[in-house]
Amino acid sequence: MGLLDKEFSEGNIIITTTENLFNWARLSSLWQVSFGLACCAIEMMATSASHYDFDRFGVIPRPSPRQSDVIIVSGTVTLKMALRVKRLYEQMPDPKYVISMGSCSNCGGPYWEHGYHVLKGVDRVIPVDVYVPGCPPRPEALLEGLLKLQEKIRNESLSKS
Amino acid sequence: MKSFEEISKLLINQFPSINFEIKSDVKFEPYIIVPPNQIDNVCLFLRDNIDLQFDSLVNLSAVDDFNGEKTKDEQGNDIMKGGTLSLYYHLESIKYRHKILLRVLTDRDNPSVLSVTSVWNSANWHEREAFDLFGINFINHPDLRRILMPYDWEFGHPLRKDYQNPEFYQGMKVPY
Repeated sequence: MGLLDKEFSEGNIIITTTENLFNWARLSSLWQVSFGLACCAIEMMATSASHYDFDRFGVIPRPSPRQSDVIIVSGTVTLKMALRVKRLYEQMPDPKYVISMGSCSNCGGPYWEHGYHVLKGVDRVIPVDVYVPGCPPRPEALLEGLLKLQEKIRNESLSKS
Repeated sequence: MKSFEEISKLLINQFPSINFEIKSDVKFEPYIIVPPNQIDNVCLFLRDNIDLQFDSLVNLSAVDDFNGEKTKDEQGNDIMKGGTLSLYYHLESIKYRHKILLRVLTDRDNPSVLSVTSVWNSANWHEREAFDLFGINFINHPDLRRILMPYDWEFGHPLRKDYQNPEFYQGMKVPY
């Protein structure tokens, strides 16, 4: 620190890097697309409710993809819905993140063989950051998935290398 | 409350020209086979007769009987020629608490059945589902579109037993 070391006595100044500031801001207010697909969506709603309280991590549902940072694909992605999921993702502004919640969205789940209408993993249409296993995952698992995503964002860098 | 025998007797008296098949010696629920070109008249009678009053269509579902001539194509997949598709109509009278099961057999290669949407409006989506998944053409249906599969699905009707899923749909790989 040298010249400026211990020169500020007021205590209301924080010194950090731009990178850390950006990452901290991004990971602390992950607004999710208000969007659910199947039974996993019920668990997601339970996670948002007061008992598990998603809001303490800054996660609140936004009714528009244009104001959202993260999309939680919570449930079975049918082929019909896959095109809509892709469009929702494309409407989100950068930086954007994807949590794939539950076995269906991870790999097709119980529909992997005879599900003539199911997309076998949402990663076939949009890039996924965190996969949360479970059928459906408990709210604790989804919270763990969110913490993993926050960890990923915390280690992001503005530089190329 | 009327028994299955009483209801079938009423039907036979009302429609002497129709050849009903009464199946009462089955292990499960007894049923009546109705010709596909008379199902709307029969249903209208069952709904409006003062002693029957079947005011509720509980369920309308289709079954692929897969009882035609089985052959193989070049890839070794089952192909079915001829045979029948079945439609089952579960009716219930809320007032009298009696039930009846109707069955309609239709040609598997060219399935067409008269719609009962004019009798019970709830048949609308049930018939669209049977059309979507089995390809049954419901004559006089007001809006016969696919209901579950994508509107532009051009690979056939998935619950038929010789259905083949496509490799790709809209650039997305379909098999696991």
